[in-house]
Amino acid sequence: MVKKNLVLVGHGMVGQRFLEEFLAQPGAARDWRVTVLAEEARHAYDRVRLTSWFSGTSAEELALCGDSFVAEHGIDLRLGDPAVAVDRERRTVTTGSGQLIGYDALVLATGSYPFVPPVPGHDAPGCHVYRTLEDVAAIKEGATTARVGAVVGGGLLGLEAAGALRAMGLETHVVEFAPRLMSLQVDDGGGAALRRKIEELGVVVHTGAGTQAISTGADGRVRAMSLSDGTELAVDLVVFSAGVRPRDQLARECGLVVGERGGITVDERCRTSDPHILAIGECAQAADGRVYGLVAPGYAMAEAAARELTGEPGSFTGGDTSTKLKLLGVDVASFGDAHGSTPGALDVVYTDTRAGVYKKLVIGEDGALLGGVLVGDADAYSVLRPLAVSRRPLPAPPEQLLLPASAAGSSAVGGAALPDEALVCSCHNVSKAAIRAAVTDQGCTSVREVKACTKAGTGCGSCVKLLGGIVEEELAATGVELAPGLCEHFAHTRAELYEIVRVKGIASFSRLIDEHGTGEGCDICKPVVASILASLGNGYVLDGEQAALQDTNDHHLANLQRNGSYSVVPRIPGGEITPDGLITIGEIARDFGLYTKITGGQRIDMFGARVDQLPQIWQRLVDAGFESGHAYGKALRTVKSCVGQTWCRYGVQDSVGLAIELELRYRGLRSPHKLKAAVSGCARECAEAQGKDFGVIATAEGWNLYVGGNGGMTPRHADLLAADLDRETLIRTIDRFLMFYIRTADRLERTAPWLERLEGGLEHLREVVLEDSLGICADLDELMERHVGTYQDEWAATLADPERLRRFVSFVNAPGTPDPTVRFVPERDQIRPARPEEGGGHRVPALVAGPELEVRTR
Amino acid sequence: MTTTQDTTTAVVEIDCGKRWTPVCEYGQLIPGRGVTALVDGEQVAVFRDRAGALYAVGNTDPFSRASVISRGILGSRGDTPVVVSPMYKQAFDLRTGECLDEPETPDGSAARLRVWPVRVIA
Ligand code: SRM
Ligand SMILES: Cc1cc2nc3c(=O)[nH]c(=O)nc-3n(C[C@H](O)[C@H](O)[C@H](O)COP(=O)(O)OP(=O)(O)OC[C@H]3O[C@@H](n4cnc5c(N)ncnc54)[C@H](O)[C@@H]3O)c2cc1C
Ligand code: SF4
Ligand code: FES
Repeated sequence: MVKKNLVLVGHGMVGQRFLEEFLAQPGAARDWRVTVLAEEARHAYDRVRLTSWFSGTSAEELALCGDSFVAEHGIDLRLGDPAVAVDRERRTVTTGSGQLIGYDALVLATGSYPFVPPVPGHDAPGCHVYRTLEDVAAIKEGATTARVGAVVGGGLLGLEAAGALRAMGLETHVVEFAPRLMSLQVDDGGGAALRRKIEELGVVVHTGAGTQAISTGADGRVRAMSLSDGTELAVDLVVFSAGVRPRDQLARECGLVVGERGGITVDERCRTSDPHILAIGECAQAADGRVYGLVAPGYAMAEAAARELTGEPGSFTGGDTSTKLKLLGVDVASFGDAHGSTPGALDVVYTDTRAGVYKKLVIGEDGALLGGVLVGDADAYSVLRPLAVSRRPLPAPPEQLLLPASAAGSSAVGGAALPDEALVCSCHNVSKAAIRAAVTDQGCTSVREVKACTKAGTGCGSCVKLLGGIVEEELAATGVELAPGLCEHFAHTRAELYEIVRVKGIASFSRLIDEHGTGEGCDICKPVVASILASLGNGYVLDGEQAALQDTNDHHLANLQRNGSYSVVPRIPGGEITPDGLITIGEIARDFGLYTKITGGQRIDMFGARVDQLPQIWQRLVDAGFESGHAYGKALRTVKSCVGQTWCRYGVQDSVGLAIELELRYRGLRSPHKLKAAVSGCARECAEAQGKDFGVIATAEGWNLYVGGNGGMTPRHADLLAADLDRETLIRTIDRFLMFYIRTADRLERTAPWLERLEGGLEHLREVVLEDSLGICADLDELMERHVGTYQDEWAATLADPERLRRFVSFVNAPGTPDPTVRFVPERDQIRPARPEEGGGHRVPALVAGPELEVRTR
Repeated sequence: MTTTQDTTTAVVEIDCGKRWTPVCEYGQLIPGRGVTALVDGEQVAVFRDRAGALYAVGNTDPFSRASVISRGILGSRGDTPVVVSPMYKQAFDLRTGECLDEPETPDGSAARLRVWPVRVIA
């Protein structure tokens, strides 16, 4: 059989998607020979992520198609050879290089071109557009010598371009003709919130102003720009981003019907006025009369066209123009009927000017959600968009949906509220039903598998959270038992592993995983096993193989901070510290230029230490009598105290004395999660003991012991375990409580949820630790005695051993060189980590310095 | 990836594209952990697994942009050897540098670590 000829003009995002869809149709490869004419000299790439090229994403990483795809399907791809004419009668296309190619079917996917207002000077050197990789390369090149940049157009692309200019260190202006930013997507309120946020980032915004002229200097390059409101801006780089126009020139010249405002007219199967020619993507005016400037509708058209050519059913009647973006770090989303143009539509609006949050929901007469605008906090987008698109009634009162997540209620909106037909992933057009089917029919058992199977979540990523919720629900509904084990390497829970290690006397991870697990382990099971080995008294946590199991915090005996530096927290038992101790800490922090802060745990944190500085800092601390505060470990943190009887006129016991005793007793005790405690000197409870894993409150007769309290994310008041205990009984009871918890809790389960889960609850706990109902108290007591008897300060032990110190270098092959990427800037007379845009960018703004930064001190 | 016997005098080398650069002794690497080497001005995270195999990937975590990958924990996901970033805990394939959890970072750049050829010279 003679193959038919298909010619695709344009190898952009939609053209590439068309090829993929077409070649996946049954019979396509057998019946058709495919020729692609591409104007750009490279394979199709991800234009949506073009801006990420500035922050280091390479052209190769942006590519959507490689040589193998072309070769595998025998595509005749002609890069850098555009179509210049179409002869519809003869059914031929002429290319730029003069070739004549016959077609049986022609698909036009020529995209758009940036609109440049014809103001004087618009084509002077220094003026740019923003559409291709060549464009961004030219902008970057121009930015190396420019100081001030202006972006004409305050829409989606314009703001992206402004962000890029700003990141390259240019003073940046945005000029928008409309009275607000992103006028297509957001309303006045949203525009105002967006503007405030963007101005805070140092971008100067001019709205309601047109560009009148661009003037050039003696060298012919851009020098200034005058605006219709009389403003004169001294600029040396201009980016036009004032909208796009469909590239329908080729179609016009061969007499195809085009829309009034441009765009090749197509029907719902993407056929143009010539039955042999189809048009898709941004160059086409869809059946609903719109020209879409987004990639998702283009993809839907690509699919419809591929099916049309192979005789399969499929159509595109209109798409969703919802968008969610992060522009200069600000969340912006708009969906459905964002402007409330449906008759009878009503608004519900929430604004918090301080936080830069603006949210609006458009509600129909029947109470259904029609659309909305979210600026500054767009978390609810993934749930609200599908609801709006399917015109479903709201799952909760609208005001609840708008309140910040911290206010109760909004967490109630999950995937469960969505109808089956709701579109969950608009990038890849995946409905909730398709996601459920991936789980029930195709046997996917994780979000990762569902992503691979449906493509959902692999575009902009905004739907991933919602996707996760739906997959989880569906798995639960189909009765899939989520394996109870710790992770893929161990089918046991933490408590079971603890028993195995204890009973068999296992002392190494290798033995445990070889005998009771599979594979190499991971970041979940390794720290758990490390903690079990440590609680069972296998010595110094960084020796031998145990070193490899620790999270980086434990591995470096310090807390990792956002820029790769560490914080240092010496123990200050009970919060009691001498003036000399304070002075020592102050001197050390000053000498190393560290940021200091009083923590919420009654001690002092010093931030900004490089790995290689940790031993020097700790040497000084250890010399002055300080020891590790274990702020990095799943271990005892602090025992807070109030000042108590010694000073306080109400106190009935020495709360500070007891807090210190308890802190010294349990310091270094490794546990499933961190442990916090407190001792208050009377019922006024200034130490907040009822918010702690174990808390002690003084009474006239002795001490009341509370357990299972928690602050943090899910606060819980502690329960009274026993009242009026004497000191000795109190300590013995805490010993047993802690050891019982360590033995039976899950990974990262604090005492509060553990107690909630414990069968028999508080009563059972009482029986175990006070009445020895399980006959394990002697064991528990012995374990605690061993802990107390063998405790050693990890930092002192580390400093004493050159072998152990070797890990504290920035570079193994350049031990003296500090890590140059750890950078700080001054703030309020101290240092803080430089943000990415202040740090390693292309141009380093003023004020940035390495870690040895001098900070003004009074 | 290179597998070899544990000989303390053996030297680990990285190919920066121009030449092989020695970075440390093989015996200096703790199985299951990493070190950072400075190669031609770039930070490279070098790891040795329990079986003795070596891997070298870029040290900059694409999610936090902090240079911390060498401080991550090694492990496996199925048959894939991985390192888990200590910052936000995404796993990266040690052989390809590919992130297994999220294909890109929130700012849209690819979540991938550069992979460096690494070998041991006795
Ligand atoms: C430094 C400090 C904040 C401060 O500047 O005050 C702090 C800092 C951190 N807290 Fe905290 N918490 C600090 C007091 C608290 C308190 C208040 C307290 O202890 O009285 C709480 C609530 C009380 C509680 O825990 O019940 C608290 C509840 C949390 C939680 C939530 C725990 C929960 O059960 O929900 C986390 C997250 C976690 O552990 O998973 C957390 C985690 C963290 C981490 C470890 C986050 C991280 O992974 O980087 C922070 C690192 C500390 C560092 O780099 O040094 N931090 N954190 C406080 C250190 C106290 C200290 O001296 O050790
Ligand atoms: C910086 C930027 C950010 C964006 N962000 C988003 C976003 O967040 N979300 C979103 O949905 N969309 C976004 N878009 C829009 C998205 O990129 C487009 O919707 C999408 O690329 C349209 O695909 P297309 O194939 O129709 O056009 P294009 O991708 O432009 O491809 C058309 C191709 O055809 C070629 N061509 C033109 N004429 C000829 C000819 N005569 N012969 C041969 N070849 C020809 C062109 O050179 C081009 O390579 C963004 C665009 C830009 C520039
Ligand atoms: S808890 Fe009681 S003893 Fe302690 S400071 Fe408060 S009032 Fe004083
Ligand atoms: S909506 Fe963009 S990836 Fe799903």
